[in-house]
Amino acid sequence: MKKLFQSEWISRLIDASLPVFAAMAALLIGAVMLFLLKVNPVEAYKALWDGAFGSSNAFAETLVKATPLLLVGIGICISFRGDVINIGGEGQMIIGAILATWVGLNFTGLPGWLVITISMLAGFLGGAIWGGIPGVLKAYFSVNEILSTVMMNAIAVQMMNFFLRGPMIDPSQAELASKIPQTARLLEIFRLPRLAPTRLHLGALIAVILAILVYILLWRTTLGYRIRAVGQNPHASRYAGIKVQRYVVLALLLSGAFAGLAGATQVFGVNYRMITDGSSSGFTGSAGFNGIVAALFGQLHPILTIPASILFGALLVGANSMQRVVQVPSALVTALNGLVVVFVVSSEFWRRRRQRRRLAAAKQNDESPPQPEPEKLQQLETGA
Amino acid sequence: MISELFTVTVLIGILASGIRLATPYLYASIGEMFGQRSGVLNLGVEGQMLLGAFAAFYVALTTGNLWLGILAAMIVGALMGLMMAFVTVNLHAQQGISGIGFYLFGLGMSDLLFQKLMGTVETVKGFPPIKVPLLSNIPGIGEIFFSQNLLVYGAYLLVPAAWFVLNKTTLGLKIRSVGENPDAADSLGVSVARVRYFTIILGGTLSGVAGASLSIALLNVFQQNMTSGLGFIAVALVYFGGWRPWGVLGGALLFSMVNSLQLWIQVLGIPIPSEIAVMMPYVLTILVLVITVSRVRAPSALTKPFERED
Repeated sequence: MKKLFQSEWISRLIDASLPVFAAMAALLIGAVMLFLLKVNPVEAYKALWDGAFGSSNAFAETLVKATPLLLVGIGICISFRGDVINIGGEGQMIIGAILATWVGLNFTGLPGWLVITISMLAGFLGGAIWGGIPGVLKAYFSVNEILSTVMMNAIAVQMMNFFLRGPMIDPSQAELASKIPQTARLLEIFRLPRLAPTRLHLGALIAVILAILVYILLWRTTLGYRIRAVGQNPHASRYAGIKVQRYVVLALLLSGAFAGLAGATQVFGVNYRMITDGSSSGFTGSAGFNGIVAALFGQLHPILTIPASILFGALLVGANSMQRVVQVPSALVTALNGLVVVFVVSSEFWRRRRQRRRLAAAKQNDESPPQPEPEKLQQLETGA
Repeated sequence: MISELFTVTVLIGILASGIRLATPYLYASIGEMFGQRSGVLNLGVEGQMLLGAFAAFYVALTTGNLWLGILAAMIVGALMGLMMAFVTVNLHAQQGISGIGFYLFGLGMSDLLFQKLMGTVETVKGFPPIKVPLLSNIPGIGEIFFSQNLLVYGAYLLVPAAWFVLNKTTLGLKIRSVGENPDAADSLGVSVARVRYFTIILGGTLSGVAGASLSIALLNVFQQNMTSGLGFIAVALVYFGGWRPWGVLGGALLFSMVNSLQLWIQVLGIPIPSEIAVMMPYVLTILVLVITVSRVRAPSALTKPFERED
């Protein structure tokens, strides 16, 4: 029995299921909170489940919500693997969306497929710029990226409010007294095609394909290897001849680019215009933050981030139906998301502890001599 | 119209509200500074502030006692700090990320409680301005510095107090040594865990007060996400201030003076788009970080969990 628990794959299975336990713990606390709010937790969670998976429309909504989370999330996988904490997903989404929308509204003479392609690239570029600036500031001016990305978020929100109330405002809104900050609608031929008779759009498929590509990038290319090497040990990387600063910039730039694309797909796939409500998360719906949650839940692995995004998309969609059915504010789900993050990073403790024990056991048996720092090597090789 | 900015009344107005606006930053940043000097980055300040702001407002609203409101904010902040301390000190969780978790938790919880317990935006009669005898009669200076409310005075008294604790007491020495070289501190018998628990809970408590200063002293309302990024700015100001109380004070004042200036620009109807004006303090903060950050070294053990070598 003891031998079984020490075996490699059981151990890996436990490691892989830690986030699931973390999510269950958060939901359990949520149940207690619901109980204290005098709501039947079973009813509330049933409303949440039905809202997210109850019908094909509901499931499509879940996937629609999951799409920006996945795009932001795979970007987060890149930056966090490079030990760069990108909190700027919100701002990067916004700038990407502004650029993409601008293309979509101004190149009306060109064929649909071409404009969609250019717009998505513009979104990618916008996010890359907004991520690249903190990257340069970190690499060459040692400005902490957590702080600069937070500032860049605030600046992007104001830029969005400026453009949507000013130069890019919907002409029909411009004459009204109560101006809704929104752009004109995109031409029908510029909209991302739908995949089923629901609101599910091509962006979801693009996100999944990109997740696979990011996996390949991180574990099958030199670029990805170097980003992760810099993240693991910048000093050793520098010693090995890697230009550390360049990869810090690249990690943030790429991370931002995917967030920018997320913003573009929201415009071209969901709303067909850029619209906000004046609040800081009015356009993004906090996807720039929730994408971080999804990526962490997916253990910073692009492929695992796919189911993680669907889970959090489901929570977001389900939260709305929970609000309707049992009158529990959807803010509960925001709080639970926070707990999931805390629990997931805390559960790493047990993973590390088991790893140490395995190492100690191997030392005692002296059958297989332990490798130096197996954790880091394993992470570099498999990413698990 | 630009010339209106330079009348004496307006200048005094800008300076007075700048002094006032720095209050929440000072509480939160000084608290955060203690945490970072002991080696712990708490990114959850924003969440702690939101919960503190709500607790203070709700208690003040229902009991009519502002001091009970402050107490409630302190308790809530301390509890959030306690959780953060457990997760970072005992479980060695990555600090930046767990901080984001606590931020989201505070954001959601304060919103949830607000909707369930209050439902609509209400106002309380917050701390009234207190005119310091004699000093408040000095023209200009009196209005700027000595006609503020109690929590504003408290925030400015906190700065020298923090400087004293950090630099002139044994406790301060322990905090600094734990943040610079935890192994050495540990071998000298300083409990790294205990010091970090203390600083993180202190930080949480002060973040709670920071939130309270918004909801029952400066704005006297509570709304969802009312801090809107203020807590993150507070973390930035710690870097900005080079992890020193006086530096933090300088950063907080610069940031809030620019903020106050942009508010007055809007009040006076000077034709600069309000969005551009709101952006100014953030742009400025980044610029100043670029200029200053590379000159000051962060505490060596910042964000590094401590584990005793076997």
